[in-house]
Amino acid sequence: MARMKFLCDADRCIECNACVTACKSEHDVPWGINRRRVVTINDGKPGERSVSMACMHCTDAPCQAVCPVDCFLTTADGVVLHNKDLCIGCGYCFYACPFGAPQYPKTGNFGSRGKMDKCTYCAGGPEADNSPEEYAKYGANRLAQGKLPICAEMCSTKALLAGDSEMIATIYKERVLKRGYGSGAWGWKVAYRETIAV
Amino acid sequence: MIDRNSNWRHLALALLGLALVVITQPTEAQTVTPTASAAKEEQLLSTMKQIDGRISIPDQKASVLMQPAGQEWRNVHNTTMFWVGTVSILGMMLALTLFYTIRGRIMIDSGPSDKTILRFNGFERFVHWLTASCFIVLALSGLNVSFGKYLLLPVIGAEAFSAMSQLAKYAHNFLAFPFIIGLVFMFLVWVKDNIPNGGDLDWLKAGGGFLGKGHHPPAKKFNAGQKVIFWVVIGGGTVLSLTGLMLLFPFSGTVIADMQLGQTIHGILSGLIIAIMMAHIYIGSVGMEGAIDAMNTGEVDLNWAREHHSLWVEEVEAQEHEAHHKAKSVAAE
Repeated sequence: MARMKFLCDADRCIECNACVTACKSEHDVPWGINRRRVVTINDGKPGERSVSMACMHCTDAPCQAVCPVDCFLTTADGVVLHNKDLCIGCGYCFYACPFGAPQYPKTGNFGSRGKMDKCTYCAGGPEADNSPEEYAKYGANRLAQGKLPICAEMCSTKALLAGDSEMIATIYKERVLKRGYGSGAWGWKVAYRETIAV
Repeated sequence: MIDRNSNWRHLALALLGLALVVITQPTEAQTVTPTASAAKEEQLLSTMKQIDGRISIPDQKASVLMQPAGQEWRNVHNTTMFWVGTVSILGMMLALTLFYTIRGRIMIDSGPSDKTILRFNGFERFVHWLTASCFIVLALSGLNVSFGKYLLLPVIGAEAFSAMSQLAKYAHNFLAFPFIIGLVFMFLVWVKDNIPNGGDLDWLKAGGGFLGKGHHPPAKKFNAGQKVIFWVVIGGGTVLSLTGLMLLFPFSGTVIADMQLGQTIHGILSGLIIAIMMAHIYIGSVGMEGAIDAMNTGEVDLNWAREHHSLWVEEVEAQEHEAHHKAKSVAAE
């Protein structure tokens, strides 16, 4: 079994936001919800870097650990999915998530957040693969079709890598060795408690 | 002429060379270490607890790229809060069971009399039960958020537990408001009788009369134990209300670290307050003969009142005597 992860090579990301757009389009993500976003650090200053961020599909995911209704499940591929039918919209996963991944359709108060929505690694939800029910709640299930997440697939600079942990780590290492620099695999230490040593 | 020309050419070439050196030097430096000033994750995380950046979407809280503090909150939530709640609640259950086994029900020593005295009027009882009924629902629905998935979910199944938790969440969110109103009234109605004074120390030194039979330290309307309950409810209730309101209006002038801290305080404090209120509920019901009447009809047995609130009975009787005397003198005129 593979261990699916994301890796954003910040030295390649040009903040084009195409990953964000592709994600929204692929899954019909409603307004106000961003399963993926691009954050620019030190904007306009020397050393500015942009990082495309979504759910990192953590090892021992904190969202899963704090959920009061146990609506999360980690697949055999290491993808963290959740069951919207069980979610009560308490918002705890957002407090626990180191990456700000969980999103809520309602910004209203009095606890009316609605069902949580987040990046599914293009792997849908607990419903039957590629069923209309699954699409309506979670979007496309590309993984079940043998495809990788759309954000990484169409990244123009190939800054965003998706795939098996070892494979994408190898690609990143080769890049760093060839060009002689790399600002590291952002979020890997927090999400997977490991870094890529080059 | 030719010599001069070549001289000029040499000079021009030299200048061009110099210019090239000047221009290429920084470019060369950049290609050698292009990431010298690059934003680095470890460096950013070591100086700040989180990494913030700029974002081009309206949701400004999304500009936090990374907040490893989420993992810390998870640990506090799943271990510290979990154990504080478990130990304080189970500990209190055990303590109350032991107390009941050893001391038994605290009876009216001189037996019930045929007279009663008004302890709490209708409004006082209304305020008490408004706050109390909200508190019980808030406590149970709150405990469900922390412990339900371990205790209830395996019993009733994921779907039923989720539906119940959803309802519990709404109950928790909406009953917060009558609870806060109850707190305010409770403070206004009873604060004057709950100011600590010297008599409280004597009451505490005597162990409140809980330990031995037949001994009752004097007390006014509220004894030191009840004053502790009052200030726990008012103080703790205020903190729970403020942190609760913060959680009800997420990210309204607050950032993720505030939300985490607010939830931690709310969760840990409620575990402690629930345990304390269990003692209050015990002594007000099964733990003491005649105590429930105070909040039921408001009329308590006179012997009960004399034993537990001797000074208060004296005050009331003195007032009645005075009123009676006044009425008499008015009638005589």
